[in-house]
This record gives sequence, C-alpha cells and structure tokens, in this order.
Amino acid sequence: MNILRKKSEANLPFSETVIETFIRLCGISSIIFVFGIFFFVFREGAGFLFNGLDLKEFLTSVEWQPTSLNNKRYGAFALIVGTFSVTVLAMCIAVPFGLGAAIFVSEFCSPKLRETFKIVIELLAAIPSVVWGFIGLTLMNQLIIVVFNAPIGLTMLNGGIMLALMSVPIIVSIAEDALKAVPDSYREAAEALGATRWQVVYRVLLPAAKNGLLAAVLLGAARSIGETMAVLMATGHSVNIPSGPLSWIRTLTATIAAELGEVARGDEHYQVLFIIGILLFTITFVVNLIADLVIKGIRQE
Amino acid sequence: MAINCNMDSQTTPLNYSIETENLNLWYGDFQALIDVNVKIPDGQITSLIGPSGCGKSTLLRCFNRVNERYGNVTTEGKIEVLGKNIYDSDVSLPELRKTVGMVFQRPNPLPISVYENILFGLRIHSPVGHLTRAESDQIVEEALTSVFLWDDLKDRLKVRATSLQLEQQQKLCIARLLPLKPRVILMDEPCSALDAKGTLAVEELMEVLAGKYTFLIVTHNMAQARRVSKECIFMFLGELIEHRETQALFQTPQHPKTADYVQMRYG
Repeated sequence: MNILRKKSEANLPFSETVIETFIRLCGISSIIFVFGIFFFVFREGAGFLFNGLDLKEFLTSVEWQPTSLNNKRYGAFALIVGTFSVTVLAMCIAVPFGLGAAIFVSEFCSPKLRETFKIVIELLAAIPSVVWGFIGLTLMNQLIIVVFNAPIGLTMLNGGIMLALMSVPIIVSIAEDALKAVPDSYREAAEALGATRWQVVYRVLLPAAKNGLLAAVLLGAARSIGETMAVLMATGHSVNIPSGPLSWIRTLTATIAAELGEVARGDEHYQVLFIIGILLFTITFVVNLIADLVIKGIRQE
Repeated sequence: MAINCNMDSQTTPLNYSIETENLNLWYGDFQALIDVNVKIPDGQITSLIGPSGCGKSTLLRCFNRVNERYGNVTTEGKIEVLGKNIYDSDVSLPELRKTVGMVFQRPNPLPISVYENILFGLRIHSPVGHLTRAESDQIVEEALTSVFLWDDLKDRLKVRATSLQLEQQQKLCIARLLPLKPRVILMDEPCSALDAKGTLAVEELMEVLAGKYTFLIVTHNMAQARRVSKECIFMFLGELIEHRETQALFQTPQHPKTADYVQMRYG
C-alpha cells in the first residue's frame, strides 16, 4: 500500500472523473455565458454603432423618434436621464430604509425576530418584477393621484418607490452580512467603555463596515438600473426630461422591452436598441466592478 | 467552605472597591458562580486564579455587567462597586463602565487611529464638540505617557491602532481607559496573547498604576499572580475556595484543592 502515491498515478474511479469534469464545466460555463451575451449584444449593435450612428446625438439629444418616416432621430439623452433619475430617487428611499433595516436586524432585534425578518426579506426579494409593476400601475397610481393631487400617478415617484422596494432586500442582506463581519470584539470593547448600543453602531460598526455597506448600496443601485418591467409599467413610459418626482419618464431598459418586439430585425432602430443594451451592460458592469473592488478592499484589511 | 483570612493580619481597616454577597450566576441552566462572597481591596492588585472553566472570567465580567451581552444570563445576589449596588435600577450602565474599565484577553483596539482610540471613551461620554483640539492633544499625550507608549507612538498617532504590535495594542487598551478616570480596572488574562517581553511590560505597567487604580486580574499564569498581586483568589467549579494574601496562598494554602492547584497537581 502506498499512501504517498502521486495524484496522477492514482486510479480515480470513473464516476469521480465524470463528476469532476461536469463540475468544471459548470464553473466555466458562467464565464462563457457572460462573454457570449456580451458578444451577441455587441454584434447586433456594432454595425450601426461604428457606421451611421451619430454618437454625440445619441448621448445628448432628447429627440427619440425611431419610427418617424422622414425624420428618424436616435437621441437617448432623455432615456439616460430617466434611468438615472429614477435610480437616484429609488436609492434616496431604499438606502436609508435598507441600511436601517440591516442595522436593526443585525444589532438590535432578538435572534428569533431576526430569523422571521430574514425570511420576510427573502420573500420580498422573490416577488417577480411584473408584480411590482402591477402594484405600481394600480395601487400606487391611485395613491399618488390622491395624495399629491396629481393628474396621473404613473410617474418617476411611482417607479422610484417600486424600484426602492425591489432594491431594499438586496441592500439589507448584503449590508447585514457586512455588519455581521465586524468582529464582535469591537462591539465588546466599545460597550465595555460605556458606549450605548446606538453609539456602538455609529461610532464603531458603520466606520468598520463602510466598505461592505457601500457595496450593498452599489449592488442595490445596479439592480435598479437594470430593472425593466416595473419601471415600464409604473413610470408613464414617456420620453421626457423630468422636472420633478411627479414627472413621467422613460428608462433605457423599458425602451428596449417596449420596442424590440416591433422592429424589423437588422434595421437601424433594431441596432440602436442593441446599442442601448451595450450602454446598459457597460453601466451595470462598471457599478458591479466598483462594488466588487470595494468588497475586496474589505477582505484585504 | 471558602477561606477568607486575608484581613486578619491587617491592623488598619481596608476600604473595598468591590464587595459581593451570595453572588450566583447562571448561563441558561448551567450555574457558573455559586455563592461567591468576596471583597476586593482598594488601590492594589488582586488576582483571580483557578483551572479553566471555574468561573474566574465570569466573576470578573459581573463587575462591569459585561456578562449581560450574552442574553441568557441570570444573576442573583448583591454586587457593590464603590459602595453602590450595581444591579440597582438607578445605576447607569455607561457610568458604571466608565468607573470600571476592562482589558480583554486579546488586545481589542478599535479600527480607528491611535489618537481616536484614546479619546473614544471621552467622546461617547461627553456632548459633541466638548473637547478642544489642545485639550484632546494633552489628554492623548498624558494617557500614552502613563503606559510608556508616548515615545514610541508620538509620531504615529494617526496610524490605525489595529496595525500596532500586540504589546502596544494591549498597552493602548489600558491607556484608553485612563482619560475616563476609572476607579477599578478589570483584566481578563491581559497577557495571554503577548510574548514574555510584552507580559513583563504590562506587569510593570500594572505595578506603576496600582495605587491609583484597583486592579483585578484573571490569570492562568500562577507565576504572574505571584509576581504582581498582593492578594489572590482561588476559584474552583464556580466557587470561591480561598482568598488570602498571595504569598500566603501559595506557600501555605489552607484548602486541599488550593494546595493541589498551586502545586500544579492539576489545572
């Protein structure tokens, strides 16, 4: 018997080899899929992107007239502003609530309550976005009309609230992990010096977990930017530079979802929608990358 | 039965910083302290020894009520710190912990600068903007000077405290108690994470500071108890077995369990 036999000499059973190969393929496939999607989206849009599209007009003009017969315009500025404004509004609502909930769940509530909260928060994350859109279209629409005496409730505010509700679970779970990762010895040290629980939170935990909390916010924002169905249904879907929360807007994602079904494959409009896809891909990629780097920052400390 | 004969030889009556009466403590169903009656004298070093799991740390952690962090703790009996029962309803936990400082087994400076670590206690106990820059500077210098760290760290006040050497971290943990002007300092095996040189440095520091503060130190290291403490308490399975002057406890232990322990037959 030779325990020290080299791995290559060992005769692994056939099933081991199969399983190992299968798992390896699973791992590699995620990389292939991401690059595959990027390649496909890029290929569909690339022709017009490099040949024909006025990039300056695309990024700065508010005229989005892709279906006009004699005056086609592909100005996506209003859509970009729409996406960013609704995301910023959503984050203004979601960040205080999300971080507050994370602090409560991680530091203040009893273990029993914590389990309940986590389940409820996971349920919140599991609600399909079309259901959120449905709530926005009916309930929130009426609510905004009544509360703000607005002519119509399908507005940036409506979409922002829906996106906030969708981002909160992500922010809560990642922020809670970040707070849980702060060594208990810090809490103990601060409490033994006489700090109250709230002082422990804002003088010790928030500074110590700030990278993780920032990552939570960024991933929540990435979720908001990429969300489609809820904003399509709740924001009014009208090309417009918003003047306030009660203006209607249209987002990049909703534009793709609403128009892609109606264009001829391969024509300019079709390709522009894919260019919007590239733009969205780039934005969320950058946000996720920043979040990743921020999280790595924590680990190295 | 506990043997308390440390006071017999004293001619002048001592003042006590901490007194307990029939102190019992349970973690859930497990009784960790059984009828502990103890008097810790003012302004000197008292050590707590005994085998692992005998309740030394638990007893120590009663005196600033840091035990309560763990939820399922039940405490019965009386604990007086500076003449005040700390379980009275009018006791303010932050004030108690300001008066009774604690140093932990592993140095636990906060992940902020050396400077801010020293001021942390004052900042949480006083209103915002209470300290001027000059006052803060002076407090930091005084605190670091008393633990012999000023010369080493005066040019590195802005570095993160968690990046210091362990010995410096532990001294810093002592230094950050001082601006709060505590009366009692509890130490839970403060040297177990340090090397011999660090241990010696912390022991010397305790000897210098004793007199100004009452020290109660839990230690696994019997040699350390002999070196630093004036009185020594031996605990076994949650009970206080013997409390006498350190030299007497080691040389002529009265209780057979103490004798077995100090002569290293177990533990």
